[in-house]
Amino acid sequence: MQGWSGSIGTRMFESLSDRFDGIFKSLRGKGRLGAAEVDEVLREIRLALLEADVNFGVVRGLVERIRERTVGAEISQALNPAQQVVDIVHQELIATLGGETIRITYADRPPTVILMAGLQGSGKTTNSAKLARWFKQQGRNPMLVGADLQRPAAVQQLRTLARQIDVPVFSADDAIVASGQGDPVAVARDSVAEARRLGRDVLIVDTAGRLAIDAELMEQVRQISEVTAPRYTFLVVDAMTGQDAVTVAESFHQTLELDGVILTKLDGDARGGAALSVKEVVGRPIAFASTGEKLADFDLFHPDRLAGRILGMGDVLTLIDKAKEAFDEDQAVDAANRMLEGQFTLEDFLEQMQQVKKMGNIGNLAKLIPGMPKELKNQEIDDREISRIEGIIHSMTLHERRNPKLIDGSRRLRIATGSGVTTTEVNALLKQFDEVQKMMKGLGGKMLQRKTKKGAKKGKKGGRVTPKGPQLELPSAPAKTPFTLPGLN
Amino acid sequence: MVVVIVLIALVVLLVAGVTFVAVGRARRGGVELEPPATPTLRRATAPGPTAEPTDELVAEVEDALAPVAEPEVLEAPRRPSFRERLSKARGTFAGFLGRTKIDEGTWDELEEALLRADVGIGPTTELVEVLRARVKAEGLDSASQLIEAVKDEMKQRLAVADRSLRFDEGRTNVWLFVGVNGVGKTTTVGKVGKHQAAEGRRVVMAAGDTFRAAAAEQLTTWAERAGADLVRGAEGADPSSIIFDAIESAAAKGADLVLADTAGRLHTKTNLMEELRKVKRVASKEPGHVTEVLLVLDATTGQNGLVQAKQFTEAVEVTGVVLTKLDGSAKGGIVFAIQSQLGIPVKLVGLGETADDLVDFDPDEFVEALFAT
Repeated sequence: MQGWSGSIGTRMFESLSDRFDGIFKSLRGKGRLGAAEVDEVLREIRLALLEADVNFGVVRGLVERIRERTVGAEISQALNPAQQVVDIVHQELIATLGGETIRITYADRPPTVILMAGLQGSGKTTNSAKLARWFKQQGRNPMLVGADLQRPAAVQQLRTLARQIDVPVFSADDAIVASGQGDPVAVARDSVAEARRLGRDVLIVDTAGRLAIDAELMEQVRQISEVTAPRYTFLVVDAMTGQDAVTVAESFHQTLELDGVILTKLDGDARGGAALSVKEVVGRPIAFASTGEKLADFDLFHPDRLAGRILGMGDVLTLIDKAKEAFDEDQAVDAANRMLEGQFTLEDFLEQMQQVKKMGNIGNLAKLIPGMPKELKNQEIDDREISRIEGIIHSMTLHERRNPKLIDGSRRLRIATGSGVTTTEVNALLKQFDEVQKMMKGLGGKMLQRKTKKGAKKGKKGGRVTPKGPQLELPSAPAKTPFTLPGLN
Repeated sequence: MVVVIVLIALVVLLVAGVTFVAVGRARRGGVELEPPATPTLRRATAPGPTAEPTDELVAEVEDALAPVAEPEVLEAPRRPSFRERLSKARGTFAGFLGRTKIDEGTWDELEEALLRADVGIGPTTELVEVLRARVKAEGLDSASQLIEAVKDEMKQRLAVADRSLRFDEGRTNVWLFVGVNGVGKTTTVGKVGKHQAAEGRRVVMAAGDTFRAAAAEQLTTWAERAGADLVRGAEGADPSSIIFDAIESAAAKGADLVLADTAGRLHTKTNLMEELRKVKRVASKEPGHVTEVLLVLDATTGQNGLVQAKQFTEAVEVTGVVLTKLDGSAKGGIVFAIQSQLGIPVKLVGLGETADDLVDFDPDEFVEALFAT
């Protein structure tokens, strides 16, 4: 059987900008986008959106809007035309996703009830707890309601999570929960009174996962909504959802009148086009995004980030996540500083290489870096190569690692014998390292210039410029910051 | 070697730069965050209206106590067929059935139908190309002939010699269940356990999901339903050692099948994928004998399903897919790409909440059901 990987598969995960490059090569000299070029560009946009799981119907509407904005758009001489179109698409996506983050308001008469609904496995229970934690950080007194009496141990899962954030859980008696025969509507109704009794001002109701086409269970969740009169009803949607997201959102919206969406599992590499579909058909914003397994990995949703992700404009966020797991922050910043100053030694290099290795295959990492040249991106890199480099550096003395100029013929021979390579390879490493060092130093110089210019215009913002070089300084943390840093806990 | 050195340097630079920007932005963003609407109104004491339990409430509690029909009891005596379950979902290709001639509109509708079923742009384009060639070569001219040709092509792509679950007599077989979060691994382990026990195999379940709160409790319920033994450890314990314990205990008791649940993990998490590799290594040690590594995949999953299958196969050599939640409105078309690109067959399909709703995958019925009106 002939696969399709040959012709189309390789293009599958190319970013939109890469795809446009080819089209725009033929465009040089022209000032405007003609109808033919626009058609070609739009075809690529359509493919990219479909690959990102944006719903078929939604893609059609989006592409039309982008067509209107693109036809006749001036291509300025200075800018890369591909980049300009990507910008138009990017802006359109942000607009579609809803330009701003949601602002949560509270009921005049507490509790403010929040109903969590969705398919099985979308992450309702976990995100109920995450949301409770978020409200707690806002200075509220949340209570969780275990109204999923269907999945075995769902209430227990909620209780365990709630204990971690010190939030009470209301549900049916353990015996009833264990029997699997409890009535979630009754539990939900009683929870409101219980919240008032305990002085809890936010009530988060976790419900069982249900299929949108299951009439009986949809009626049940409608009743739960009726007895609790939620201020917010959130649909929990898995970022990996495909075309079906629209059907699901429509059905839930019909039954419950959704107020927003919580997008989960964004820490994976799914493009997350489902979010766009849901927003478009339901017309309600994506309120929160869940970006990790820890309860703290949860925050208000930022449309611009997802728009970039849907377009495949590199994925710095994934890279940060990986780096977060592997790197010691301060060390990395320190190393980068020394690199830019040209004081980066083989010793530093060895140390950083260990960290980078923890992030997975270096070739895969390269694919995540936005703007990475194609030659580097498509390079297959063997992990053994890294081990060889390590071996060579390990065979050097500390002195030699700090000052490679020391290495003469006899030292080189010793290092080669020690690491089981030829002296030519040792030479190659030293030469390459020297070149990278120079390159980095050059880059550092350029950055210094740019920073100074910027600094003069905008005033000092970001890195402080010292005569020594462009220091990347982490702004020192205020004594107590109530907000977690995305990507940096 | 050059590339490696440059890349490492770039990654280090980027990480540092991003860290720097992220910190700056978060600090700024933090200030913009809306403060709670009424931060000063937080009560130190209990709020005013305090509801006392009333007669009404008591009645409700009694309502809650009233038995609700237990799904297990209502189980149909035989396993439902694919077609029965899937006919709930409306026929995807109903639209162009009405047309008689094949024109450009027919092709557009065919493409749309395939894309809407999550087949993906790559396989869809390929299918359409092949079909265009066939229509020309075989002189097909009616839409119904085209539908038959589509079905035929799709079935061919899903064909595989053997999709039974491998079981070696006389060994301690280990079936490993892997997948991303929330696809239904634990439920699938429970259901498979029930079937296998019913077929007379001695089953031990290993609660290898030590991360998700109460995952072991969930599996305990299933083990009771299946009459299987369960081996579990503390929350946060090493999954490899729990699974190995289960294997040893199975071997000692003469049980021939260990069903190992694992924690859901996104395929992008290097350390968790490494953990999974270790689980498989340990499970393969004597007396363990891993005969199936099943990737559990949610039918609602879009194009990311292919990436998942790739990454999990790279880590633990997936031998089959379990496609869950196919009783919803999702079509599960991503299995076409998984099968044709990676050669991993779908083995089981989940069509409902009960154990009997987990059925063997049948490509003919799957495709026919897609076309049913």
